[in-house]
Amino acid sequence: MSKIKKITGMRLFLPIFCMILVMAVNILYDVASGNFALNFFTISVRNGVLYGRLIDILNRGSEIAILAIGMTLVVSASAGTDISVGSVMSLAASFCCMLLAGYGVSSTNDLAVPLLVGVLGGVLLACVCGAFNGFLVAYLNVQPMVATLILYSAARAIGLLLCNNLIVYVREDSFKMIGGYLGFIPTPIVIAAVCILIVAVILKKTALGLYIQSVGINKKASRIAGLNSSRIIFLCYVVCGLVAGIAGIVASSRISSADSNNIGLNYELDAILSVALGGNSLGGGKFNLAGSIIGAYTIQAITTTLYALGVSSDVAPVYKAIIVIIIVTIQAPPFKAYMKKRSAKKALAKGGAAA
Amino acid sequence: MDNNVVLTMRGITMTFPGVKALDGVDFTLRKGEIHALMGENGAGKSTLIKCLTGINAFEAGEIHVDGIDGPVVNHSTLDAQKKGISTVYQEVNLCPNLSVAENLFIGREPKTKFGTIDWKSMVKKSEQIVKDLDMNIDVTQNLEEYSLALQQMIAIARAVDMDCKVLILDEPTSSLDDHEVEKLFKLMNQLKAKGVGIIFVTHFLEQVYAVCDRITVLRNGQLVGEYPIADLPRVKLVAAMMGKDFDDLAAIKSDESPVFTDDDILIDAQGMSHKGTIKPFDLQIHKGEVVGLTGLLGSGRSELARVIYGADKNQTGTLKVKGKEAKINAPIDAMNLGMGLLPDDRKAEGIIGDLSVRENIILALQAKRGIFKLLPMKEQIELADKYIEMLQIKTASRETLIKQLSGGNQQKVILARWLATDPDFLILDEPTRGIDVGTKTEIQKLVLKLAKEGKGLIFISSEIEEMLRTCTKMAVLRDGQKVGEITESLTQESVMKAIAGGGADE
Repeated sequence: MSKIKKITGMRLFLPIFCMILVMAVNILYDVASGNFALNFFTISVRNGVLYGRLIDILNRGSEIAILAIGMTLVVSASAGTDISVGSVMSLAASFCCMLLAGYGVSSTNDLAVPLLVGVLGGVLLACVCGAFNGFLVAYLNVQPMVATLILYSAARAIGLLLCNNLIVYVREDSFKMIGGYLGFIPTPIVIAAVCILIVAVILKKTALGLYIQSVGINKKASRIAGLNSSRIIFLCYVVCGLVAGIAGIVASSRISSADSNNIGLNYELDAILSVALGGNSLGGGKFNLAGSIIGAYTIQAITTTLYALGVSSDVAPVYKAIIVIIIVTIQAPPFKAYMKKRSAKKALAKGGAAA
Repeated sequence: MDNNVVLTMRGITMTFPGVKALDGVDFTLRKGEIHALMGENGAGKSTLIKCLTGINAFEAGEIHVDGIDGPVVNHSTLDAQKKGISTVYQEVNLCPNLSVAENLFIGREPKTKFGTIDWKSMVKKSEQIVKDLDMNIDVTQNLEEYSLALQQMIAIARAVDMDCKVLILDEPTSSLDDHEVEKLFKLMNQLKAKGVGIIFVTHFLEQVYAVCDRITVLRNGQLVGEYPIADLPRVKLVAAMMGKDFDDLAAIKSDESPVFTDDDILIDAQGMSHKGTIKPFDLQIHKGEVVGLTGLLGSGRSELARVIYGADKNQTGTLKVKGKEAKINAPIDAMNLGMGLLPDDRKAEGIIGDLSVRENIILALQAKRGIFKLLPMKEQIELADKYIEMLQIKTASRETLIKQLSGGNQQKVILARWLATDPDFLILDEPTRGIDVGTKTEIQKLVLKLAKEGKGLIFISSEIEEMLRTCTKMAVLRDGQKVGEITESLTQESVMKAIAGGGADE
């Protein structure tokens, strides 16, 4: 009994539990349809690259996972969300492709500038976007939702302007590799892993995590205790912009183009959802990066599972919504309290029977 | 009911979660009387008024209003207005972008027979109202065109025009200059002559004696007493507000004050100020000196300390720390100069509720070291354990969230946070509030010990005895201004006289 309590009391229990739940659905489906029960977990090598549903989830979920890093920090420090990340992804992709192809060129097979210049350019511009958001929130005290709404609506349009209203195609192998394969592993998985690792190490080795949480919990008290609350919030938004830039370039490389209207569309919502699914309060303060990352992959797992179940992509969001409602309800404090009460009652009844 | 009485409140009781905000308070207001409601912050003045105007629901007690049979319970300000009780708050609660006439008649506009607003009669009536009050203004102009004092008076005019018997003025003068205050007092006296009963809430003692007839004093949610103005000289009023029976207090002599030389000056503030909270002040603090800041709550004693620390940036003046000019833009600059501030509002500015006791203790030290020099976990644990032991913080473990601790233990954690930074100069703002007697003595001892080690301290407390026991010098504040220093013959009597200010010898 106490062991179960220990496990359920762990901070990551619920996000992991939700993940397992989605996996269980997969297994049930495979069993019901007469496939190998562990189809979900099977990883094979086809055409010299890794193949399997799990790999697909890790691969496709990379962008959301990368975004979730920044979103977690922003939510923690400012008790608000950055809703511009999807648009900033698109802007970074547009700028990167524009640099690589040259202004006004709609399709290229050769790079106009070295790959690194294009990628850094895109990421840097995304950082500038993050800095803009951060300035509004941290120094002008604009509400995060309102501040980021500006770039939410403007960034895509700026991207289109940069691309001269074209969808710029960059059909070049080194660029394609970012969204393709590194040896036999899908590159996005590696990129996401590196991003997560770097941030995790920074949080472990510096006082950044303590600072962010402290500011998120009590901005005034943090200032009195010597923290530069505004600068920390600003920094979180810059990081959020940075990761949005990285995610944007990955997304763009997947389709070898900068499709301003579609890259990163609605990704901000998935990123926010990842944070919530990870058991983090959207009210700021304490955060758990691992939870957000698990949340991100859970969302992708739901999507992939639905496609595997043969749900058409048009109606998939409905099922996705239902699953999210269930997961969020399980994590909601009133539900937790209700379950606790119920189990206490049961224990009491049991005890009574024994006596 | 006495014919002359317009309002009686009897045994009003109200609790906020965990606190008895009002405990059986009585209040009586007579016709044509200006009645001051006095008390320190948190004494229950506002709560009492809110019970009267229907913003707060009281649990026990009765309110009677002249001309209404049976007890009155108001459920909203509108309700109260209908019964003749009008309120004018500190901030003008009118619409600056509407005309004076519109503001006067908002919500009760005269209508034509078609149901539309009768602008003509509205303007005419408005002109009559302002004329009656000897104000010379154009009622069709927007309210924002006029000074704050006039706006305040228009708010009062609006209240009066709604046939009020009881007018509540809740700190109406805090944003007015002397000339404007005078105008307001004139208006108040006019209304008094008309038989309106006025409840006047203010922090300014002079104003009470300038205009009021009677004083009711509250303290900690309880009625201290009702006094005709002539029976309660300033010193006695201060004593009543602070809960000290002036005559009974045995004067406690402090130790012979040590002699400080100019070489020992740690903090030297010249003409520092912060707009709206504290007027320019000079203050010197030596090594090993404990300076007490005294004054009523809201007199600017916390604000003075905050300006030195940089929690509120000074707009004028200079600060020298150990003889060197210091530029402080934010608390971290002050910390790097060896300062620390234990703020009086523990919940809002002290604790980081969702962090553990350990994290709360090391926070300031970590902030001082900078983001890249994370304190090794081993050191964090050692520090936390050291201070939990030293200050006897009662906590389940060092990893317990600070919000789960009692107030006194939270305070000790914040104290530990500052001690961990090893400051040269520490500001303690109400360090013993909400702490049991035993711990209070410990903290006082700690203060004396720190002073002996050569640290400079500012000690702020509402309890004068506590300051007498620890301080070698006291700075007295009144109405956001430092009005003096007491270095010799520090006694309860001398301090309270200084707090009360002019007329103390009555």
